[in-house]
Amino acid sequence: MINGLIMNETSEPNYLTETRGLSSWIFTLDHKRIGIMYLCIILFFFLVGGVFGLLVRLELLKPNNWLMSNQTYNEMFTLHGVIMIFLFVIPVIPSALGNFFIPLLIGARDVAFPRLNLFSVWLFGAGVLVVIASFSHPIDTGWTFYTPYSARTAAAVTILVGGIFLMGMSTILTALNFIVTIHRLRAPGMTWHRLPLFIWSMYATSIINVIATPVVGMTFMLLMAERLFGIGFFDPAKGGDPLLFQHFFWFYSHPAVYVMILPAMGIISEIIPVFSRKPIFGYRAIAYSSMAIAFSGFLVWGHHMFVAGMSNAADIFFSFFTFSVAVPTGIKVFNWIATMYKGSIHLDTPMIYALTFIFSFVIGGLTGPFLGALATDVPLHDTYFVVAHFHYTMMGGTVMGLFAGLHYWYPKMTGRMLNEKVAKLAWALIFVGFFVTFFNMFILGFRGMPRRWATYPPRFQTQHIISTVGSWILAAGIVIMFYNFIRCLKKGEKAPPNPWGAKTLEWQVPSPPPTGNFTEIPVITDWPYSYPKRDE
Amino acid sequence: MSEREKGGHENPVFVLETSKLGIWTFLATELLLFGALFTVYTVFRIKYPELFYAQHLKLNRVMGFANTVVLICSSLSVAVGIAGIRRGNVKALKIALVVTLILGAAFLVIKGFEYREHFERGEFPGTNIFFSLYYVMTAIHALHVVAGMSALAYCLIRTMRGDFSADYAVPVEVSGIYWHFVDLVWIYLFPMLYLMG
Repeated sequence: MINGLIMNETSEPNYLTETRGLSSWIFTLDHKRIGIMYLCIILFFFLVGGVFGLLVRLELLKPNNWLMSNQTYNEMFTLHGVIMIFLFVIPVIPSALGNFFIPLLIGARDVAFPRLNLFSVWLFGAGVLVVIASFSHPIDTGWTFYTPYSARTAAAVTILVGGIFLMGMSTILTALNFIVTIHRLRAPGMTWHRLPLFIWSMYATSIINVIATPVVGMTFMLLMAERLFGIGFFDPAKGGDPLLFQHFFWFYSHPAVYVMILPAMGIISEIIPVFSRKPIFGYRAIAYSSMAIAFSGFLVWGHHMFVAGMSNAADIFFSFFTFSVAVPTGIKVFNWIATMYKGSIHLDTPMIYALTFIFSFVIGGLTGPFLGALATDVPLHDTYFVVAHFHYTMMGGTVMGLFAGLHYWYPKMTGRMLNEKVAKLAWALIFVGFFVTFFNMFILGFRGMPRRWATYPPRFQTQHIISTVGSWILAAGIVIMFYNFIRCLKKGEKAPPNPWGAKTLEWQVPSPPPTGNFTEIPVITDWPYSYPKRDE
Repeated sequence: MSEREKGGHENPVFVLETSKLGIWTFLATELLLFGALFTVYTVFRIKYPELFYAQHLKLNRVMGFANTVVLICSSLSVAVGIAGIRRGNVKALKIALVVTLILGAAFLVIKGFEYREHFERGEFPGTNIFFSLYYVMTAIHALHVVAGMSALAYCLIRTMRGDFSADYAVPVEVSGIYWHFVDLVWIYLFPMLYLMG
């Protein structure tokens, strides 16, 4: 009987069961499977990068190189940075969740160019392999690859940036696919102002990727040419200019932080109204602020170089525009809070992560202007204050947004519910661990502890111990979260199509969705946040 | 069978417009890729005007000019081919693609002779900033010529197989747009490197 029931329930094939075998994944054109492949690769490297982070913290437990030499320490923090930035934070939400959910959210059967999409994931895989090959001579330059050191070191910089170049191509092609998909494949009636806000943020992200990524691609090619042929563009001995490298690098890498944060903001904009049972407040303001962030994000790269020797005029220009980015960011935060105001708030795990995002991202965001202001940046530059600031935006922001999205969409992707108790326990550890590890670093930075040092004066040791212990709590939380993800693939309760009572299109199809997403393309007549007013 | 057919978007006009948006977005990326190089050029030209003037005289303007003519002709032949297939003239497309590929190959051969000339005179990447720029810019452009030729060769194979008609020639249209872009980059590179006064 029970077997018969399960047979009945599972007899409708979904995207996971329709075809089987490894080659049905490697050659799939289905955007959902491609998204899942990205997700598995990327989450694996999140754990790898996390291990390097833990090793960095472990070394800093004592001030005297007790665990590793300075050179090994350089390699550890560089690998932590490179893996986390290029193999995890940049691609994770766009390539994995974006691939899975953009077509579902706009009512399409797939992205505009499914074969290009498959090619992108192959390129990404190839890039990952090349990056791994570079570990034979682990890179020691820091994730920023500043010349002239990166042109001289014996580490495998050429191979590594070659791998990142391939991943960059993958990112560009994915972004191109998303832009065309959002323009051309929206369901009938899905006007621009009926788009879910996740789509707006992915659209803004994709534009940044298309415009900024090629510049760093060229920069890396020039760095490779520098190492292979000694072209001298970045070598002062040959008349080149090392600052030029920094300009190019940050012309990409600053907009890239919006590539990291905008998709997370999109996820938060989806989750807040669903778990407040209220229409999103200020839809257009949130949508347009994504575009405003994408635009003004291109005008601020110089704030990474205030102490590198730019002109005063350039310093003032970049400082001014840095402050201007805070405006659209603030608009989003106020609108999320206004959405929750008088809402019927349900504290399920996705919502808890979304609230954590707002809380820690505001701390990360408000410490940004300290570094964007010329006077305060000079003493704080290259201290732990910077480390704390970007971990609050990247880990407290993007990663919390990612965790919110993973818990929110897990039932849709896998057809299973997560264990809510385990999820909340993991959250508590992650939240506490994160704050213990990183809040402390703001103060450590103010006291003058420089970043990227393997040793330090003994007066800083107490705080380093606190951060290292925090990193263990954080790691425990993440291990429990992954345990929950893996365990619930088999043991989780079966997920109904719409466990959260959301209005967006992905919840109107079965969990997991069938290969073609929709039996019939829906006709859209309303925006996706039409929750009833409280008094109705 | 394919996802696209299930998507119900087989309408050729829809597919063409979608693909065109795709290639134009890709050209935006390409533009920024070369934009970085043009920035390097601008920075060093302002910094070392005398060096640039003295070194650019060493380039072979005749071959550079010949290559400009070759590429402009190749753009014309692609355009003729596309105009032909829009009227359903498969033969015109075939001839045009063959001509374009020959012109593209001619460009690379001439470029190769230029490189050899410089190598023989001991002018390598790294000799000075100008020659580094010259080699990087022209080599990356040449890579794009090869990419464009690969796309056009693919189109030629499919033309031979009879895949294209007045109703459907999306790969040709898209590759054509890309080829024009590759030509256009050269139109900028030629005066920037060979002709500055």
